[in-house]
Amino acid sequence: MSVHDLEKVFQEKIDSETKIEPLDWMPEAYRKTNIRQISQHAHSEIVGMLPEGNWISRAPSLKRKAILLAKVQDEAGHGLYLYSACETLGISREETINDLHSGRAKYSSIFNYPTLTWADIGAVGWLVDGAAIMNQVMLTRTSYGPYARAMVRICKEESFHQRQGFESLLVLSKGSPEQQAMCQDAINRWWWPALMMFGPRDSESTNSDQSMKWKIKRKTNDELRQQFVDMCVEQVKLLGMTLPDPNLKWNAERNHYDFGEIDWNEFWQVVKGNGPCNKERLQARKQAWEEGAWVREAAAAHAAKKQKRTAAHAA
Amino acid sequence: MKATLDYILHLADNALILGQRNAEWCGHGPVLEQDIAISNISLDLIGQARSFYQYAAELQGNGSTEDTLAYLRHERQFRNILLLEQPKSDWAYTTLRQFFFSAFQQLLFQQLSTQADERIGAIAEKSLKEVNYHLRWSSEWVVRLGDGTEESRRRLQQALDDSWPFVNEMFQAENFELESGVRVEELQAAWTEKVKACLAEAGMEMPVTSLTRHGGKKGIHSEHLGYILAEMQYLQRSYPGCEW
Repeated sequence: MSVHDLEKVFQEKIDSETKIEPLDWMPEAYRKTNIRQISQHAHSEIVGMLPEGNWISRAPSLKRKAILLAKVQDEAGHGLYLYSACETLGISREETINDLHSGRAKYSSIFNYPTLTWADIGAVGWLVDGAAIMNQVMLTRTSYGPYARAMVRICKEESFHQRQGFESLLVLSKGSPEQQAMCQDAINRWWWPALMMFGPRDSESTNSDQSMKWKIKRKTNDELRQQFVDMCVEQVKLLGMTLPDPNLKWNAERNHYDFGEIDWNEFWQVVKGNGPCNKERLQARKQAWEEGAWVREAAAAHAAKKQKRTAAHAA
Repeated sequence: MKATLDYILHLADNALILGQRNAEWCGHGPVLEQDIAISNISLDLIGQARSFYQYAAELQGNGSTEDTLAYLRHERQFRNILLLEQPKSDWAYTTLRQFFFSAFQQLLFQQLSTQADERIGAIAEKSLKEVNYHLRWSSEWVVRLGDGTEESRRRLQQALDDSWPFVNEMFQAENFELESGVRVEELQAAWTEKVKACLAEAGMEMPVTSLTRHGGKKGIHSEHLGYILAEMQYLQRSYPGCEW
């Protein structure tokens, strides 16, 4: 079959909602886009462990400590599934991780913001996981089979995390005046970065059109962002808190909330490495990897020796 | 009653302080699978601590809870052994310490599940399943590091030298143990045998040293504990009486 025919068969599969599997023929650009997106997603899970992990030692009760530790551990698990999904496209976990450390691969910019108070842990759960879920629910129907299946599992855990985050804010919102102020402050700081998680406006997004055609993405950045805003406006009322946007207003014509303009200058600054924690996050990941090198080498050396001994014994 | 309470707090503090130390690895482990494993052990230990604190709180009454016990007691009131509050150091120290403690916990919980008061027995029995896994995981790492590379061997040797003086405290009975009918000194022979076997498999020698460090059970700690508590308790102390 000519490449042209292969591409035709491929697009027909996509159009008829048949999943693309690792051994199927796929255009090189489809493979690359998936590698880029899945690895970026995996890195986000791993880097995302850092801002939340920042509060494990200081969690205010044993129950909260256990919940937070379990949550961060879940993120590590998500990273594992996603690196594995990535490997089905022919790139090893080590290569993928090297791309993160060299700065070639990106991760979600949201994790370049600091978690300054305990309320940030609740706000991250509610807003950051909440925004991530919008994207991830869509991805359970993405065209690449291993990615879609990993997302099904991840989504279940993420929605649990989001509820836990919201519940933790709910407790603060009913607490002392200081706790309430802490809660509102965290919402104020995380709201706009959470909206930025959906990426540039559709008119500015370079990767969107082809990804929509290949059903890697199934909703546009702006559609997902709108869905998220509509959801949060209702939820914040339950907290008795406000969202830091004077332009939020119900629009009966559109049947959606209108909202203010994102600070796109800040968005691009953080993407380009100039966010509050870009350097620290990457440094922490590199350090863990470098300091763990002797451990990985020892494990490999032991496994090799053991195999040799078993072989010698069998002979 | 006072002895039982102190003993339960000792068991709880041991689990909490090691849980707190191990959790420092979360997000910083040498490889993803092991990051998950050590966090998991930390979670199990925090779970054990909660069970023991909850029981202690019931015995103590006066509105105490698992959190008042963990978050509002001071350095001198903590009863954990010194080994567990030492810094996590490197992967060799962390896994070796886990191995020492899990080997001890396994023997202790076997004893407690049959002869201690019913509630302690039930917690011990429930925790044993976890402890068995911790022991298997950590002993595998000791073997791996001893048998691995020159560097891993050197680091394991360092960890052995550094941690060995703290070992004896596990087997030195304190009054609250004697009065609770617990015989930790009787566990030492079986423990030593287990450790010896594992170290032999790792190609390591049993350390010989006359140095011993103890005092944790009496509330005389190393300088590290104060920092652990300062960090752990900070929110409860900054905003007293709040729900979280």
